[in-house]
Amino acid sequence: MSILHIVNKSPYEKNSVAMAAGYAKEGDTVLLIEDAVYAAVKAGSASAKLSGLDVSVLGSDLAARGVAEDKLADGVNVVDYAGFVDLVEAKDSVQSWL
Amino acid sequence: MKLTIQVNEGPYQHQASDSAYHFTKAALEKGHEIFRVFFYHDGVNNGTRLTTPPQDDRNVVNRWSELSKEHDLDLVICVAAAQRRGIVDDGEAERNGKDATNIADGFRISGLGQLIEGAVQSDRLVVFGD
Repeated sequence: MSILHIVNKSPYEKNSVAMAAGYAKEGDTVLLIEDAVYAAVKAGSASAKLSGLDVSVLGSDLAARGVAEDKLADGVNVVDYAGFVDLVEAKDSVQSWL
Repeated sequence: MKLTIQVNEGPYQHQASDSAYHFTKAALEKGHEIFRVFFYHDGVNNGTRLTTPPQDDRNVVNRWSELSKEHDLDLVICVAAAQRRGIVDDGEAERNGKDATNIADGFRISGLGQLIEGAVQSDRLVVFGD
């Protein structure tokens, strides 16, 4: 049973990134949207929480916040909304960490 | 894939209405079926036709109505959440003695069972909100 974990709040505001990261297991993906994209910034302290996990970020939300893709932690995938839909389809279930 | 979308946040609050809209649109463009979009909690405020955002801003409510018209989307507003927040259709106006309605085109007011049915009938339930 693979799960897509969707997180939408900054790790510097709420602990939902850490919660999702704690539950995510092999085969799962953590998708960062809205303010949660800050968790994927390599220089940020929160990116360590996601190390070893399959992580995607929504590119338009990154761009809206002025975060360049070369600032992201290694291995983070950038997706568009079509890619978001594909992730929902690829996993067996979806969990939004609100 | 058959999808139900749940929106828990009002328009112009943070970003959940926008995220839900863009996701729904992308899913439709990829040929997926949207079984229902269910508006819960402050999300019911997505369904008032009385909003007038500035002309250079996106119109969140109209955008849902237009998408509904284009794709015959079922946009359902939770009745209990709507009563608390003053989202009114003809039936609710009559039942609760209100002097006006404000529900936007394409939306309808119904119960929480519609969310459960959406979750059961769809392959995935995707929730947007706070």
